[in-house]
Amino acid sequence: MRPFLIHELISLSGEHLVLVSISIGIAILIGIPLGILCTRRERLRGPILAFASIMQTVPSLALFGFLIPVPLIGGIGKRTAIVALILYALLPILRNTLVGIQSIDPAVRESAVAMGMTPSQLLWQVELPLASRTLIAGIRVATVTTIGTATIAAAIGGGGLGVFIFRGIASVDSTEILAGAIPAACMALLADGGLGWIERKLSVV
Amino acid sequence: MGRDLIVEYRDVTYAVGGRTILDHFALKIEAGETIVLLGRSGSGKTTALKMVNGLIFPTSGQVIVDGKPTTEWDLIKLRRSIGYVIQEVGLFPHFTVKQNVGLVPKLENWEPAKIDQRATELLERVGLPASLYAARYPRQLSGGQRQRAGVARALAADPALLLFDEPFGALDPVTRLELQNQFLELRQTFGKTSIFVTHDVREALRLGTRIALLHQGKLDQLAEPAGFRQSKSPEARAFLAWLDET
Repeated sequence: MRPFLIHELISLSGEHLVLVSISIGIAILIGIPLGILCTRRERLRGPILAFASIMQTVPSLALFGFLIPVPLIGGIGKRTAIVALILYALLPILRNTLVGIQSIDPAVRESAVAMGMTPSQLLWQVELPLASRTLIAGIRVATVTTIGTATIAAAIGGGGLGVFIFRGIASVDSTEILAGAIPAACMALLADGGLGWIERKLSVV
Repeated sequence: MGRDLIVEYRDVTYAVGGRTILDHFALKIEAGETIVLLGRSGSGKTTALKMVNGLIFPTSGQVIVDGKPTTEWDLIKLRRSIGYVIQEVGLFPHFTVKQNVGLVPKLENWEPAKIDQRATELLERVGLPASLYAARYPRQLSGGQRQRAGVARALAADPALLLFDEPFGALDPVTRLELQNQFLELRQTFGKTSIFVTHDVREALRLGTRIALLHQGKLDQLAEPAGFRQSKSPEARAFLAWLDET
């Protein structure tokens, strides 16, 4: 292997990790509260879920492309890539938050209210702990797919391991393609294993 | 809240989706009594019960608890002063039995040592020795044991009033009888005002100091068990006929 390839491998893997971490972090910060909101305001549930679903059905390459001309969040570079990845990761997190809370035994919720829990006590002491497993499962799905999708960020100058892949395709060099694909796959496997372990640890019920 | 908490239904009507569940229902519950709300499914008995701790509010009329309509109560405060036992029990699956029993005291910021002592004492009282059961989770209990824990939880913060919504309905007949006996025992000890919803006339006659029979959202009969047996109303006869059958 060429020495500069190894050097680049490390820096692009780091870049990839940063892209994914920021995107998932923000998607969690948006997705979980939105999911909770959906359990509280039935009228908002339809529109919010529809938005998140549509975002996920747009082919990822197209989504990156669409965002380029959008003012403030668009343009070429990391910021646009992160916005696209957030939109992509939103649905599994949001939906699992909603499903996790909705699948709690209604009798448990009714007793919590009847025992005189305030809405925030109900949320923090009952709903979130009981939904935590489903919630982590959503984050796990979102993380694994985002690690894959983030390789496309390179198409709009977002950097990351996709740089190798696109360059490899352009120069018909399978070593370069593999230099991008293998680390991304390893990263996805590690994230899957780690979050799966947390998920199992949370199996309180 | 005073010890002589009294509940009064004043001309309560509740309608939802074009259906009248409670129809000008009026009833006064006195301190210390066990009033049984007896009726068929859909008679409005559970709705009437849930109005006491503000889970449901009347469409018209008022439910007065301790001198104040439920609509004017601080609901959190109201609910914490009323014990509530339901058929599905509703213990928190992620809490141990002891944590479940200590829930309301904890919400009321009791000292941990005091909560612990209270939970232990109540578990013993309902026949679940703390040394054996305190650390278990609800899924590790039988249906009857869960219901016992549910009763202990309702009693934990020493509420002045207890609400029971068909608490023993899902249990096998033998366990049901055991829990009914325990209910009578606990009443001897604690002497709390209770409102007890059931469709089981035998349970009503065993446990009630008075029986209020609901029929199509209206109060059909109100009598002590002995008097109820003599009722002439068709609905009361229908319930009592079942008694003769078995």
